[in-house]
Amino acid sequence: MSTKINTFKRTVQSLQIRGQQTKKASTPKAKFKALWMYLLLVVFLIISVFPFYWMFVGATNDSSKMFTNPPTLSFGSEFMTNLTNLNESIGIARVMFNSIFVSVLYVVIALAVCTSAAYVLAKFEFKGRKFIFTAFLLSMMIPYQATLIPLFRMMSDLNLLNTYFAIIAPQLCFPFAIFLMRQNFLAFPSELLESARLDGASEFRIFMSVVVPSMKPALAATSIFLFMTQWNNFMWPLVVLNENSMYTFPVALSSLMGLSYIDYGQVMMGVTLATVPIIVFFLALQRHFISGMLGSALK
Amino acid sequence: MTHTKRFPYLFIAPAVILFCIFTVYPIISSFILSFQEMEGGQYVFAGLENYKRLLNDSIFWTALKNTFLIFIIQVPIMIILAMVLASTLNSQLLKLKGFFRVSFFLPAVTSLVAYSILFKIMLQEEGLFNNLFMMVGMDPIPWLSDPFWAKASIIMAMTWRWTGYNMVIFLAALQNISEDLYEAASLDGAGKIRKFFYITVPQLKPVILFAAILSTIGTLQLFDEPYNLTEGGPADSTMTLGLYIYQSGFEYFEFGYASAIAYTVVIIVAILSFIQFKVAGDDK
Repeated sequence: MSTKINTFKRTVQSLQIRGQQTKKASTPKAKFKALWMYLLLVVFLIISVFPFYWMFVGATNDSSKMFTNPPTLSFGSEFMTNLTNLNESIGIARVMFNSIFVSVLYVVIALAVCTSAAYVLAKFEFKGRKFIFTAFLLSMMIPYQATLIPLFRMMSDLNLLNTYFAIIAPQLCFPFAIFLMRQNFLAFPSELLESARLDGASEFRIFMSVVVPSMKPALAATSIFLFMTQWNNFMWPLVVLNENSMYTFPVALSSLMGLSYIDYGQVMMGVTLATVPIIVFFLALQRHFISGMLGSALK
Repeated sequence: MTHTKRFPYLFIAPAVILFCIFTVYPIISSFILSFQEMEGGQYVFAGLENYKRLLNDSIFWTALKNTFLIFIIQVPIMIILAMVLASTLNSQLLKLKGFFRVSFFLPAVTSLVAYSILFKIMLQEEGLFNNLFMMVGMDPIPWLSDPFWAKASIIMAMTWRWTGYNMVIFLAALQNISEDLYEAASLDGAGKIRKFFYITVPQLKPVILFAAILSTIGTLQLFDEPYNLTEGGPADSTMTLGLYIYQSGFEYFEFGYASAIAYTVVIIVAILSFIQFKVAGDDK
C-alpha cells in the first residue's frame, strides 16, 4: 500500500515538472540540465558550421595561408585573385551553367515522368500494376554501380559521350521519387476524381487541374530531392565526360585536385561557389528542403 | 471509355520505357558481362573466370575489408550521435531548437565532392587540423599518409556530413511518439532510462531501420569520398568496392571484371538488407 502511495506521489511530482518544463527551466536542477544540453549543442554547432567558415577563409586567402602555424582564421584579401585564377582553370560561368542547366532539365523531365507514373500506380487498377511497382521497388536495392559499365558502353556506342543527354538520361525514371509521389497520391481522396469524371472531364484534365494543384508541397519536396541528386552526381558524369567544356561542378572541382600544382586558394573558391548557392537555396526553403531530402522518413 | 482504359498505360509508359532501357537492360547486361572476357577486341564467354580471379585478388579483399570496417564503425557512431542530438533537441527545456536543427543539417546539403576536398585540405600534414592541434600542444597526426588515420579521416568526414541528416529523421520520429505513452509509463513508475529503452527505442525502430538500410547501401557504394579525399591510399588502405569498380572499369578498362565486382556488391547489399529486415522486423 505504501509503495503505491509513493508511486502516486512521484507521478504527481513528475507531472508537475513536466507541466513546468514546457514553459521554462525554473528549478535549479532543470536549469543545470539545460545548461549541459546547450553546451553539447554548441559543441556540435561549432563542428557543423566551422568548416563552412573556414571554407570562406580559404577562398579569400592565398594558397599558403591555409598551412600556417598558428592557423589563419580570418578573411583575407585574395578573393578576386582566387576567383580570376579559378576562372582561368575551369571557366566558372561554363561549369556553373552546365551544372544548373543539367540539374534543372533533369528535375523538369524526371518530375513529369515520375509523377505521372506514381499517379496511375496509386489511383488506377490496371493489368501489370503490381508487377511494375514491385520492379521499381526492387531496383532501389540495386547499387547504381552495377549498371555503370553497360550504361557507359551504351552511351559510347551511340556516340553520346560528352552530352547533356548522357548525364541525365539514366536516372530520369527514379524509382525512389516514384515511391515518394505515390505515397502522396494514395492520400488524395478518390471521391474528388470520381466527381470530376462525372462532370465529364478527361483523365488528363483531371490530373492537370484537380490533382497536381493540390500536390504542390509534395512536388516541391520531390523537385528538391531530384535537384540535389543531380547537382551532387559525381561518378556518372566523371565517366561520361572528358571534355572540360562539359564538366559539371563536382567533376570540375575534382579535376582541380588532380593537377600537378594545386592552388588551394582557387580550390577553396571552387568549393565555396559549389556550396553557397545550395546553402542559400536550403535556408530559403528549409521545410520543403528537409522533407525533400528525407523523403518518406518524415511521414 | 477506351480512352479512360488506355490512360494508365499512357501515363506510366515513359517511366517503364526509361526503366527498361536504363535500368533493366544494364542490370542484365552487366550480369552477362561478368561472365565475359575481352579477347582480341571481342567479349567472349569465360565462365566463372572473373569470379575466380576475384577470390584471389588481394585488392578486392582489401576493398571489401575496408568497406566493412568503415561501415561497421561509421554507421553506429553516426546513429548514436544522431540519437543523442535528436533527443537533446526534443527536450522541452531548450530554446532556439529550429536554429540548431538547421545548423546541424547544413553539412548534408553540401556536395560530396566539395566536402571531401574541403576535408582533404584541412587534413593535410601541415593543414588546419594539425595546426590547431599544435596550438594546444598536441602532436600532429599523419591523417592522410597513415593507413589507420586515413580510414579514420574518411569515417570522420562521413560522420560530419551525415549525422545531422539522420538526426532530423530521428527528431521527426521522436516528435511523433505520443506523450500519452510516456505518461502511462510514468504512472506505472517507469524511470527515464526504462522509458528510453521500452518506449523510445521500439517506437523508433522502423526509422532506425530506414536509416540503417540507407547507410548500408550508401556505404557499400562509397566512392566520392575515397576518390577525392584519400584517393584510395595510402597503399590501398582506403580502397573501397565502389572505387575498385571504377578503377577496374575506367582506368584499366576491364569491363567484365568490374561487372563481377559490381555483382558481388549487389549480392552483399541484398544479404545485408535481408538481415536488417529480419533483425528489426521479428517482433512487429
